[in-house]
Amino acid sequence: MGTYLLRRLLALIPTLLIASILVFSVVRLVPGNVLDLMLSENDYSASSHDTRADLERALGLDDPIYIQYFDWISDIVLRGDLGESLWRNTSVNTEIAERLPVTIELGVLSLLIALSIAIPVGVYSAIRQEALGDHLGRSFSIIALAVPNFWLGTMVVILPAMWWGWSPPNTIEPFFSDPIENLKVFLVPSLILGASLSAVVMRMTRTMMLEVLRQDYIRTAWAKGLRERKVVLRHAVKNAMIPVITLVGILVPILFGGTVIIEQIFRLPGIGQLLLDSVSNRDYPIITGIFLISGVVVMLVNLLVDLCYGLLDPKVRYDD
Amino acid sequence: MSEAIANQPLGNASAPGTTSSLLQVDSLRTVFRQGRREVKAVDGVSFSVARGETLAIVGESGSGKSVTAMSLLRLIPSPPGEIIDGDVFFDGRNLLDMTEDELRDIRGNEIAMIFQEPMTSLNPVLTVRQQLAEPMRVHHKVKEEDIEARCLDLLRQVRIPDPETRLDAYPHQFSGGMRQRVMIAMALACEPRLLIADEPTTALDVTVQAQILELLKDLTRQHGSSMILITHDLGVVARYADRINVMYAGRVVESGTALEIFEQPRHPYTLGLINSMPRLDASEKARLIPIEGQPPDLGNLPPGCPFSPRCPFAVDQCRREDPPLEPYQGQHLKACWVNVDE
Amino acid sequence: MTTETTPAAVTTRATTTPPLRERLGDNKVLGFIGRLIKQRPMGAFGAAICILLLLTGIFADVIAPEGYNHINPIDRLKPPSAEYWLGTDQLGRDLFARIVHGAQLSVIVAFAATTLSIVISAVIGITSGYFGGRFDMASQRVVDGWMCFPDLIILIVAVSVLGPGTWQVILILGLLFGISGSRIVRSSVLSVKQNIYIHAAQSMGASTLRILVMHILPNVMAPIIVLFTTRLAAVILAESGLSFLGLGIPPPAPSWGGMLSLDGRSYMFQAPWLAIVPGVALTIAVFGINMFGDALRDMLDPRMKGAGSGRYVAAVRRDRPSSMRPAGGKAQ
Repeated sequence: MGTYLLRRLLALIPTLLIASILVFSVVRLVPGNVLDLMLSENDYSASSHDTRADLERALGLDDPIYIQYFDWISDIVLRGDLGESLWRNTSVNTEIAERLPVTIELGVLSLLIALSIAIPVGVYSAIRQEALGDHLGRSFSIIALAVPNFWLGTMVVILPAMWWGWSPPNTIEPFFSDPIENLKVFLVPSLILGASLSAVVMRMTRTMMLEVLRQDYIRTAWAKGLRERKVVLRHAVKNAMIPVITLVGILVPILFGGTVIIEQIFRLPGIGQLLLDSVSNRDYPIITGIFLISGVVVMLVNLLVDLCYGLLDPKVRYDD
Repeated sequence: MSEAIANQPLGNASAPGTTSSLLQVDSLRTVFRQGRREVKAVDGVSFSVARGETLAIVGESGSGKSVTAMSLLRLIPSPPGEIIDGDVFFDGRNLLDMTEDELRDIRGNEIAMIFQEPMTSLNPVLTVRQQLAEPMRVHHKVKEEDIEARCLDLLRQVRIPDPETRLDAYPHQFSGGMRQRVMIAMALACEPRLLIADEPTTALDVTVQAQILELLKDLTRQHGSSMILITHDLGVVARYADRINVMYAGRVVESGTALEIFEQPRHPYTLGLINSMPRLDASEKARLIPIEGQPPDLGNLPPGCPFSPRCPFAVDQCRREDPPLEPYQGQHLKACWVNVDE
Repeated sequence: MTTETTPAAVTTRATTTPPLRERLGDNKVLGFIGRLIKQRPMGAFGAAICILLLLTGIFADVIAPEGYNHINPIDRLKPPSAEYWLGTDQLGRDLFARIVHGAQLSVIVAFAATTLSIVISAVIGITSGYFGGRFDMASQRVVDGWMCFPDLIILIVAVSVLGPGTWQVILILGLLFGISGSRIVRSSVLSVKQNIYIHAAQSMGASTLRILVMHILPNVMAPIIVLFTTRLAAVILAESGLSFLGLGIPPPAPSWGGMLSLDGRSYMFQAPWLAIVPGVALTIAVFGINMFGDALRDMLDPRMKGAGSGRYVAAVRRDRPSSMRPAGGKAQ
């Protein structure tokens, strides 16, 4: 297990390297813009950097591109330092670290909500094909797949405010000091994000359950004289969950994107809001940092998903 | 036609008052529906199994033999399958009239099944111990603390080497033959009175086939259980069955003791099956004669006898009227208009 | 379970639907539409929505001739009425006209970006899958790296570099979905490559380009078509999401997502139709494409077809009551 983990982590290195090159080159495609923007802003013309060349040198933008990449990546690898914000006098690390908990809580809560709706409904829908519950579940997932989450979020902000004067709270208490108040803030946004994710999981669960229920070993289970509950819960669900876990891996990047939008609608100070702020004032070090972090998070989640396989599928062995 | 069969005083079906037969099936019909198309997979099948007897059901794939077996325990996926007629009496109780709860008490307990595909019939995510103990747990046959010992005992009975370490293994760690042994152990866990083995050796190597069949024969003899052995392989039947039902297009076309069927086949289809089977005692000149044509489409049967399009002996009557299953000699029954003497 | 399809079964199945065959003749397109309506009514409904969307897009200037940016300060924030079917916005622009022109914009962006993405997917997927070896290794590592990043983050970063605008959005969406879609094309190429006729063509000395275009491409068309329809919906959602964040197609262009954006939020409290109408339009469009795409996938990819699998407790339905005793009823 330990060596397997190590091997998997080592295998991530080339992917990470390519990802970092992608990040770096995408953001550096138009470095001139930053300089022009900075020079046109008062902060910088008033400061000691009067000339374009001075500024370029100060930001390290006069070096050849591969040197710039090397400097950037070695700071990250050796010191975990993502650089300095161009506008605020803070490090990118602090900015991200401040915002990350909000995004993580939103994401984890949404995923939990999505799974706890989708898996039971998907399983039920499969074992009672064509029953009322199946039709309701499938209708829900069809609609949830078509409704954009930013519209749903907008409606939830606007309609209750119009009808009852209620608007979602957005002052965040740390979860561990006041969990109730904290959840009050996160519940509605997570429900919206969770509902749209659950549609995909529900469909997948239903399809996989139908596939599993056709298998010979399910017939064996019936032939033993088990009751339906046991056939489904003990023999079918575990098998059906294996591909659903993969889907969770695929959903995480989508979830990440969803948090950006939901944070914006509900004005939650997470990574998404930081990203959008940074995009509007072209704070490239922050953009690069978030970009890179998002990739790393997705990679780590995928690794976690692979490890989860082992818990469900005895055919997966770590020691070979 | 079903009425015809149902009302036949069948030679081998038990007469009133006889208690020798454990299972009695009367004019069983099972259909599968695909849209408006209806496939008559089992079309009026009647037979009985005596206590301690091994009955073989033989036929090509698609002849309805597996569906017959599944219908006995109502293991037909529904939809699309449905049992539309018939009675299945097991020890005097009609399985087709039972509630799901009553049926569950029979399944895996009084009647157990072994399936064709050992590679896929065991659940890949549960250990052998978990799967083996399950029938005993649900039917409360064995006390909780004795289950482990019983599991080991069962694995020994089916001759799995080193049962202590194999007990916690997963199915993918076993070979096909070993998995089928696990299936047999599972089927025998509650000492069933009837064992239904649906092509238990088809998916296995030839060398393993004989071992598994010997094992089944031994174990059923030890426990005094009856067995229904479903196979397309007449060679298997010759050694292990007491009586034989030959099925074609969802019906029984000939029924008799193993000796009768092999020595005096009276249905052209049975004759065809025997002629297409390689035999050690055949003279060098004798050639294998395959049965011409394809098995019929069960959703669209020809008029008259379903075998008539492929039958070398067919006469006009065969293409018009469906022959009922009638006694030929004592308990030897056939469904054919023609007298095939040689 | 024992109903194997014998040749006889195949022929009878084909002949059980003669009326449809006769009516439609051998026309592939009409035959397909016929099957769609018969087998997948929801898919046909989805297709109808797609056609409606397409027609609205094409004839936007006929349906709403005053255009999407006809400002009329007197009629600000008017609720839906006979004059303004869907009401007006904060600048007095007719919301109906904006939705109609928004359909046009969506259709243009969706088709342009999806086509671009499919071309990219096909080129990367086919070359990578067919040539294999180092080239495949290298290109797959790059695709791996690219696919680590959440779509929306890539989009936001890319827009921050290229700036907002219709063509930028099309370019970025095309590239984004093109690279991720190449996986699907590559895997179908890998399975097609195994086929004997490819080896036959190779051994007959056919040029690589000929093999790729004449043999590989036609055989991976089914997944490509399915990819195309699913991508259409994804592109529409992504574009509207970006425009919602103010990073997509800038105003006054009538992007449905842009109409919902936070800039107009304060007006939505007074005029909720401003929030409802564009969302409904988006939902209907995505719903239609999804339904059509699902039906298409099921019809083109038989592996995905969900056959009925019932519980293993067979229904017993007999016309006559069952006999009461084992040997009673039938022996005279």
